[in-house]
Amino acid sequence: MNRGAWLLGRLAQIVPSFLLIGVVVFVLARLLPGDPMSAMLGDHASDATIARLNAQLGLDQSIPVQFLAFVEGIFRGELGVSIAYRVPVTQLIAERLPATLILTGLSAVIGIVVAVPLAFIAAMRENQWPDLVIRSVFQVGLSTPIFYVGLLLLTVFAAQLHLFPVGGYGEGWADHLWHLFLPACTLAFSFAAILMRSLRGAILQVLTAEFVDFARAKGLRSRLILGRHVLRNALIATVTLVGLHVGSLLGGAVITESVFAVPGVGRLMVESIFARDYPVIQSLTLVLAVLVSLAFLVTDIVQMWLDPRVGR
Amino acid sequence: MMASRDDSTGLTVRELRVVFDTSRGPIFAVDGVALDVAPGEVMGLVGESGSGKSVSLRAVARLLHANARVTGSVRWRGQELLSLSDDQMLPIRGAQIGIIFQEPMAALNPVLPIGLQIEESLIAHTTMDKAQRQARALQLLDQVGIASGATRLAQFPHEFSGGMRQRAMIAIALAASPALLLADEPTTALDVTIQDQILRLLLRLKDELGMALLLVTHDLGVVAETCTRVAVMYAGRVCETGPTADVFANPHHAYTAALLRAMPGSGPAQAKLIPIPGMAPRLDAPSPGCAFAPRCTVSEPLCTTTRPPFVQEATRSSACYGRARL
Ligand SMILES: Nc1ncnc2c1ncn2[C@@H]1O[C@H](COP(=O)(O)OP(=O)(O)OP(=O)(O)O)[C@@H](O)[C@H]1O
Ligand SMILES: [Mg+2]
Repeated sequence: MNRGAWLLGRLAQIVPSFLLIGVVVFVLARLLPGDPMSAMLGDHASDATIARLNAQLGLDQSIPVQFLAFVEGIFRGELGVSIAYRVPVTQLIAERLPATLILTGLSAVIGIVVAVPLAFIAAMRENQWPDLVIRSVFQVGLSTPIFYVGLLLLTVFAAQLHLFPVGGYGEGWADHLWHLFLPACTLAFSFAAILMRSLRGAILQVLTAEFVDFARAKGLRSRLILGRHVLRNALIATVTLVGLHVGSLLGGAVITESVFAVPGVGRLMVESIFARDYPVIQSLTLVLAVLVSLAFLVTDIVQMWLDPRVGR
Repeated sequence: MMASRDDSTGLTVRELRVVFDTSRGPIFAVDGVALDVAPGEVMGLVGESGSGKSVSLRAVARLLHANARVTGSVRWRGQELLSLSDDQMLPIRGAQIGIIFQEPMAALNPVLPIGLQIEESLIAHTTMDKAQRQARALQLLDQVGIASGATRLAQFPHEFSGGMRQRAMIAIALAASPALLLADEPTTALDVTIQDQILRLLLRLKDELGMALLLVTHDLGVVAETCTRVAVMYAGRVCETGPTADVFANPHHAYTAALLRAMPGSGPAQAKLIPIPGMAPRLDAPSPGCAFAPRCTVSEPLCTTTRPPFVQEATRSSACYGRARL
């Protein structure tokens, strides 16, 4: 099998998983306790008002009809109208998604930039003080709740030192990055911790491989051996984990966006859940699931690029 | 040809000791090895599994890890390798002393094309440009008997068969034309016909390149056929060395004698080294005397208390009190 075919097969696998995600999302939104009417209109709305709104939103239809409308909408790019905001969900998500994408993207970059060199240093100095310091700092990162890290960074770097804004999103690219830097660091902390740990372990594992000794036997410099022979094999063992972690990055974005008042889809999700805003919850879950699937796909492509044994 | 102690052109190993620090205490894997390999010579190294052959080779090439304490003397062309820094070892590794590992699959990097793995050595040790390196890589594949080299160079180890990986590893080890090749059981992992091909290949390359060969093997027949001299190892020590024909015809050490006796039928010409009866020696607590004494048929009380000295005479050396009784 050649690699193109392998990639196509991998793409084809995504279709049924999207369908399944659709069903799960639709059902889950309807299993949430409480109903959107009381969330939107309060407990004292008249029955007539409730019925009118139900009809307007299609909630008086049977569940299968609602599902069909939901699926049909997806294919037309129409995800319904937000119950709470009364604007098309597509528009709402389009407004909110960039902040979240920048936030998670930035935090992934920060995490990788920080974790990869530190993993090398820790592995090279295994059980010596640099390793112990790096590992304990990241141990804190793994065991501290994300909102606490966020509040800490917010207090020190925004409120006290005034180096960064306290919240919001700003205008224009540079401003976005500046506003999202602290939230991204917050989000990156546990990601970097997991990445550092697994990469450090992978490097130590690869360093014991015979081919590393054989590379040394050729008279290669140790820096070349690390860069060419060790890093690549260690990354292969680690990329899958990075891909799997995109899901938790998005999950962490929900909390981080709330702490830093970032107008992203994470906060929108929290608001929508409280408002029982079914169309938004459904569509957001769908969008996030698609993003995670795409992250897996990207992971697979990177894996294929790194590892000649994949897809042949 | 016998290399003497002050030889400044070949390899001279004396009192080589390797202790591995493990969680269960020290392992005395190599416990006093003496070896000489003269330029252009084929030297055999035999001994049962675990006797320290691979560890000795790695110690010579300075490839052991931090958990190994290496002491003694490894002189190469008059230079003491054990006191060189890692940087000082760079021009020696690959270019002067090449090594073939026991496990060809594990020795090749699974994610790099074979061509690059050959060229790396050339980049490190020669001033060849890319075209010259590729031509040389092709020539090496051809020399080790890998056909359609151009396609092969772009392939990865998993696309090679076992025999081809072994050949590729030899090509890599030979890339920078070392003067000494340490070959660790280059044929054990292969089936019989390929074993023979690889062995003949090594001998031919040795002749063509004027290279010396330190050949580790389990196969006494191979030693008898190919090695001018042989060293016999037991429990991390060399029991005896000498010209192969002399050692096999008239062993000076009880272990060598036991090995030869344990061989079925017609002598070393076609016999594998088979384990002799008794317990394998303990490497975590080496005996103060001769390590072979518990399994020896001619031992005397002295053998268990005092280590026999390594006696050198003319072309042979040995360490056995019971030599007269063999
Ligand atoms: N890294 C290590 N740490 C601890 N012990 C080791 C290590 N490497 C080798 N040993 C031990 O050293 C001893 C000698 O091993 P070595 O590989 O040299 O044997 P060998 O003579 O090559 O055997 P074989 O014929 O099976 O290849 C063995 O008991 C082995 O378990
Ligand atoms: Mg071995």
